[in-house]
Amino acid sequence: MKAVAAALAVSTSFLAVSVVLAQTRSSEKPPLGAASQYDPARYGELQKAPQKTRNRANPLENDPDAVAAGAILFEQHCAECHGGAAQGGKKGPSLRAGEVQSATPGAIFWILTNGVVRKGMPVWSKLPEPQRWQLVRYIKSLGGLALPAESPAPKP
Amino acid sequence: MASFCRQALPGFFLLFLVLYLPPAPAQENPYFVSYDHYLEEPGNLEIEYFSTFGTQRGGNNFHAYWAEFEYGATAWWTTEFYLDGQTTFHDSTVFTGLRWENRFRLLKHEHFINPVLYFEYEKKNGADKTMKEGEGHDVESDFLVSNAEARKEQIHEVELKLILSSTCKGWNFTQNTLAAKNLSASPWEFGYALGASRPLTLKASAKRCTFCPQNFIAGVEMYGGLGDRHNFGLHDTSHYLAPVLAWNLPSGWTLRVSPGFGLNDNSHSFLMRWGVSREITGFGSMVSRLFGGPK
Repeated sequence: MKAVAAALAVSTSFLAVSVVLAQTRSSEKPPLGAASQYDPARYGELQKAPQKTRNRANPLENDPDAVAAGAILFEQHCAECHGGAAQGGKKGPSLRAGEVQSATPGAIFWILTNGVVRKGMPVWSKLPEPQRWQLVRYIKSLGGLALPAESPAPKP
Repeated sequence: MASFCRQALPGFFLLFLVLYLPPAPAQENPYFVSYDHYLEEPGNLEIEYFSTFGTQRGGNNFHAYWAEFEYGATAWWTTEFYLDGQTTFHDSTVFTGLRWENRFRLLKHEHFINPVLYFEYEKKNGADKTMKEGEGHDVESDFLVSNAEARKEQIHEVELKLILSSTCKGWNFTQNTLAAKNLSASPWEFGYALGASRPLTLKASAKRCTFCPQNFIAGVEMYGGLGDRHNFGLHDTSHYLAPVLAWNLPSGWTLRVSPGFGLNDNSHSFLMRWGVSREITGFGSMVSRLFGGPK
């Protein structure tokens, strides 16, 4: 009986922590639909990429399959926060913004590798390096594309 | 009938969570005992079930299992809640306890070696056979006690780990050092876990696929005890070597399997582990909405 009571107490604490954190995070974010509004401060982390990393070229620049593979990876790992068409979501900023599209592939790769941990973006180095470069190719390919009316993830 | 409903309710709630809420295709590591430095994505909940079948010389084989609820509180803090049980063949099935675990990422950026601090509180009984870690002087003969006798021992334990993990050219290497203290008069006990793993291929396929090599991560882990504060070392300790394999399905499910082999006479000869998990996106937001948070 004591074990059940303890289990309930821990579950309740667990739920309470979830709620508090979820609400804290939600209150820091713009409301749904407004996330894609332009806010230059949200892209400041790109400037922190070290010069050496920023200058790295994408080794998959000429890989014909990289964009299609990157689109699938984006849908699986990024769309939840950045929106299905990378237009910005509840948690993450738009990746179609000029700051991202004008950033070097190396700077975007650096952000993917290191995350922005204090602001909620996880580290994505668990994806192997070639997959992160495939994601970079996909993100950079969005610059010339019009934003779809709806926001399903683009199919390769 | 009312009793059945009360017992079934948590099961239905879990089924709702697993089947109704949107899954997230995960890139989970294949380890059962070792931890790497990657935490749960913020707001996501991963529900996991793991099993361990173990052989027992001089006694009855056993099947231990645990359910695990892993929540990404922030990008630098993951919290987990476990419920454990076991069945010893020709003996009985018992609930063996619960655990609450927290992992904290210490550094803001990715480095060659990435430290994570781990803190766990366990409330379990002496019949626990999950073997989620190797510690102290745990040996095979400890499991010869019958469940009825073993469960009388109540254990409150805190466990600390330093996780040092590195990812290089697709390989993950991780080393966990463990210190555990039974809050009764027992001394600090120590243990270790080592792991290495790699996806079968590093580039993702341009087509959606279930059986693509990038969905499979294979590796090996080794773990065991290092004695206690009064008798540190390998004397009277058990050690295991276990190949591991994870299959991350695009539907959000991850399957893991690991046959483990005892490395000395104090170890169980063979452990067969397997597990299934599903990651659910936006759990934190859903809970927030239930309590009147922003839509």
